[in-house]
Amino acid sequence: MAMKDLQIKRRLRNYLPNLPSDILKIIIMLIFVFPFYWMFITAFKFYNEAIQTPPTLWPVNFTFSNFTNIWEMEVSFTRYFINSVVVTASIIVMQLVIMVPAAYAFAKRDFPCKGILFGVVLVAFMIPGQVTYIPIYLMMAKFKLIASLWPQILPFAANAFGIFMLRQSFKQIPDELIESARLDNATETQIQTRIMLPMCKSAMVTIALFSFVSHWNAYFWPLVMTNNEKYRPLTMYIEKIKDAEYGLIWNNIMAANVILVIPVLIFFFFASKKIIQAFAYNGVK
Amino acid sequence: MLNNTVTQSNLRRRIKLRSYLTSYVMILPAIIFLLIFTIYPMGKLIQLSLWQGNAANAYKKFQGLENYRQILTVRREFKNALINTGVYTAAIVVLLISFSVIFAVWMQKDRKINNLAQSAFFVPHLVASVSCAFIWSWIFSTDTSGLMNAFLKLFGVPARNWLGSSKTAMICIIVMNTWKSIGYYALIILSALKSIPAEIYEAARLDGSHNSKTFLKITLPMLSPQLFMLLITITTGSFKVFDSIRIMTNGGPGTSTQVLCMFIYEFAFNRPNSLGLACAGGVMLMLILILITLFDFKSLEKKVHYQ
Repeated sequence: MAMKDLQIKRRLRNYLPNLPSDILKIIIMLIFVFPFYWMFITAFKFYNEAIQTPPTLWPVNFTFSNFTNIWEMEVSFTRYFINSVVVTASIIVMQLVIMVPAAYAFAKRDFPCKGILFGVVLVAFMIPGQVTYIPIYLMMAKFKLIASLWPQILPFAANAFGIFMLRQSFKQIPDELIESARLDNATETQIQTRIMLPMCKSAMVTIALFSFVSHWNAYFWPLVMTNNEKYRPLTMYIEKIKDAEYGLIWNNIMAANVILVIPVLIFFFFASKKIIQAFAYNGVK
Repeated sequence: MLNNTVTQSNLRRRIKLRSYLTSYVMILPAIIFLLIFTIYPMGKLIQLSLWQGNAANAYKKFQGLENYRQILTVRREFKNALINTGVYTAAIVVLLISFSVIFAVWMQKDRKINNLAQSAFFVPHLVASVSCAFIWSWIFSTDTSGLMNAFLKLFGVPARNWLGSSKTAMICIIVMNTWKSIGYYALIILSALKSIPAEIYEAARLDGSHNSKTFLKITLPMLSPQLFMLLITITTGSFKVFDSIRIMTNGGPGTSTQVLCMFIYEFAFNRPNSLGLACAGGVMLMLILILITLFDFKSLEKKVHYQ
């Protein structure tokens, strides 16, 4: 008994110097997540309670009406939600189909002008969409594509950053493996899908994750590429219901925000370790 | 015999050609898309910047370099946007780099609370700028429900119009964006910290080095490649800022938070016959981004310690 007491005492003594730093850490953590907490609880408050002072830290009258409100509004969020899903999913699928063979050829095959062509990828990687959108808009207008989802999908079909990253990890696969597969009469497609991809799973997941987060959250690109409500994504819906017509109904705005944020948070909740690793790894590279 | 070698070399050439062809087919879709949607528009942008026009008719009148003269010397808007972007970038770079190093060192030990902290600090990075901007504009709002004013009232500080005053609007935007990105950059520094070999610290400790000295003489130099990369990413990233500012202040009050991307957006489609000015602004932005990258490489590469 005395022994155990001693042990606990020692542990406590070892821990004690950490205490002030840990308390401060917890306070800062709370400050960091507080805005999201505020968003979530407001989404479940009635209007009166949402703007009440002093504010309530937990909804006194819990309600789902904000979600049904924005569902039933003349501009329902469903249209925007579907657009967001279609655009993000198409981009990821197209990127995958285009990126894998290109990265494979750049990493493992030999052909003339390889250097110049890879240079095109690197230069494209450096050019930001914030300056190229004007000519792209004019191009889309010329081909009468503005009234569709294409302007939000096509410009991102080839992912220069993804090709670059995937090439790096393809390069690390030994050539002998590919040679022996070729001796076994494997086709080039089989080599890519059966050998390269399974061995570079984490790089693939990282790239897909980046695409998902950046295109699901995209605001600037749809803003400049659409002029019709029918083709706008969820990020623009929140701005829409903020309009003068409705005033600043914070509980509705926050409910729409929750719908936008939830898919990303669900991903993060189930795979936070993987996601954190992916993002940190990419930074070190 | 001779005939045989000829056909053999012929065959070998045909196999080689076929292999080249396969390679080209593999990279062709990627190269075509990249050419159409990044390289070609870049050239087109430069061409457009020499003309006066609008979205319906981009080539109304050839201007030469007149558009550049207009934005650089005649019109105030571009200079104002450039200064605002510069101020924003300087503040963000200093805040993000110093705090991400502090946070990373602080969360270095393998403990449960640190794993939790990593997640908590990182979440804002995944969430759309639009959502973050909306939440923070409510926190800073002058409504009675604005949290910042309500909180400061507890300490007897009078209410302020945070986003509505040209003195504080930019500060609010900087606070919001620092909060949003700090976890991400801290994470990058953290994984770099963890790759520093323990023996180096051990040796320093045996030599009787103090904590602060070890940090300045060992940790920081060992981190320099990552800090260097962060510097480039953060500066170029902040020069492209748009989403959060558009939601929080839309460039206002007045033009006090108007940034470069907003200048381009405004002039491209919202004003008559100013597409060329917007494109000239776009070319300038591109030049600035290239210059920053080159400058950072030139001035810092010598000082960076690569392992």
